[in-house]
Amino acid sequence: MADNVKPRVRVPKTAKAGEVITIKTLISHQMESGQRKDQDGNVIPRSIINHFSVSFNGTPVLDVKMEPAISTNPYFEFEVAVPESGEFLFTWKDDDGSVYEDRQSIEIS
Amino acid sequence: MSSIRMKTCAMTAAVAALFLSVPSHAETEPETTDPIVINGGELELPTVAPAPAHLEGVFDQIYSGWLFRDAATQAMQMDDFENPGMIFVDQGIDDWNTVEGKAGKSCASCHEDIESMKGVRAAMPKVNEAGDLWSMEDYINDCRTSRMQAEALEWDSDRMKNLTAAISVQSRGMPMDVAIDGLAEPYWEQGREMYYTRYGQLELACANCHEGHYGDWIRADHLSQGMTNGFPVYRLKQAALVSQHNRFRGCIRDTRGETFDMGSDEFRALELYVASRGNGLPVEGVSVRH
Repeated sequence: MADNVKPRVRVPKTAKAGEVITIKTLISHQMESGQRKDQDGNVIPRSIINHFSVSFNGTPVLDVKMEPAISTNPYFEFEVAVPESGEFLFTWKDDDGSVYEDRQSIEIS
Repeated sequence: MSSIRMKTCAMTAAVAALFLSVPSHAETEPETTDPIVINGGELELPTVAPAPAHLEGVFDQIYSGWLFRDAATQAMQMDDFENPGMIFVDQGIDDWNTVEGKAGKSCASCHEDIESMKGVRAAMPKVNEAGDLWSMEDYINDCRTSRMQAEALEWDSDRMKNLTAAISVQSRGMPMDVAIDGLAEPYWEQGREMYYTRYGQLELACANCHEGHYGDWIRADHLSQGMTNGFPVYRLKQAALVSQHNRFRGCIRDTRGETFDMGSDEFRALELYVASRGNGLPVEGVSVRH
C-alpha cells in the first residue's frame, strides 16, 4: 500500500479559445520498482502508479502506460490546445487498485 | 640528452615553485550572485550577504549553496511546483492539522494556522526556557508529548521532516538570525570547536572543505560554504528531504569517522554554530540540491 500519495496539478485559470497552454502534474509516490531487495535479501514488492490519463470535458487528452523504471514522484508536463471552457480530469491508477483524481476547470475569455 | 634532462629539471623546479606559491585557501568565488526568483517574481531571495561579524577575517561575503548548483537544479527551486520538496510541505501541513494523541489536539489546536510559525525557522536552533539548546525537532516533539500527549517522532522520520519543512517555508525570505550570545554562547563555542576539529581517518574538519575550498570540485560536484539556510533540503540524490543533522552525519561519515547521532547535543551545538555563519542569508524554505 502506497503511503502519502498526493497529486498536484497546475492548470492556468483562464485562456483564449484555441490557445495552447502548459499543464504540469506531479504525484508523490515511491514508485517501488520490484527489482530491489531489503536488508534481509527479500524482494520488495513492486508498487507503482501504472497508468496516468487526462481528459477534457470527457474527451481524452493524454493516456500514459507507466512502467517500473519511472522514478519516484512522477512529473508530467505537456501542452494542450483548449477549445472551450471546461474541466480537466486527471486520473492516476495505482498497482494496489487505488485511483487518485484531480479536477481543474479553465475559463475561456 | 643532457640538455633535455636539464630542461626537465628546470621545469620540475618551476612546477614545484608554482605549487609552493598556491595559497592554502583555494576557494573559488561564484560566477554570479543572482537572487533566487520564486514563482516568476513572487519572492526574491538574495544569495549573498555580508559575512556576520564573528566571521571577520574568514569570509567577506557569505553565499547560498544555490549558487554552486547547476542551472537545472537552480530552476527547480525557482518554481514551487517543480520543487519536489513542496510535496512534503503539503504533507506536513496536512499533519499540522491532524488531531493525534490522548489530548485530542493537533498542532493547529494551539497554534492555529501554520502561518503563525513565521519567523521560527530563522531563529533555530535556540536556547529554551530551561537553558537547553533546542532544535526545531525538539520543540515539535515537546509539543507532541506534553500538549498533545502523542508519541514523539523520530528525528529523521518522514513525518518529522515534513513538519520541519512546512514550518520552515513559513519563514521563507526572512534573514537567518540565530542568537549566539548570552545563554547560547557556550553551545556556540562548542559548535565552533567542532567546526574546526578534524574528524575521521581522512582528518577533515568542516572548515577544510566549506571554508577553504568552497566552489572547488568535490567528486562530481561543487563544494558550497556549507550554509544551512536552505534546510530541510530536497536532495535529488536521495529523492527525499534531508535534515541538517542527517547532513552533518553524512559529512562526518565521509571522513571515515564515527559520527555523532542525529539529535545529539553535539549536533545541536554544531547546528547553532553553522547557522550563525549564515546569519543574514534568507531562509530558503525547502531548497533543492544535488
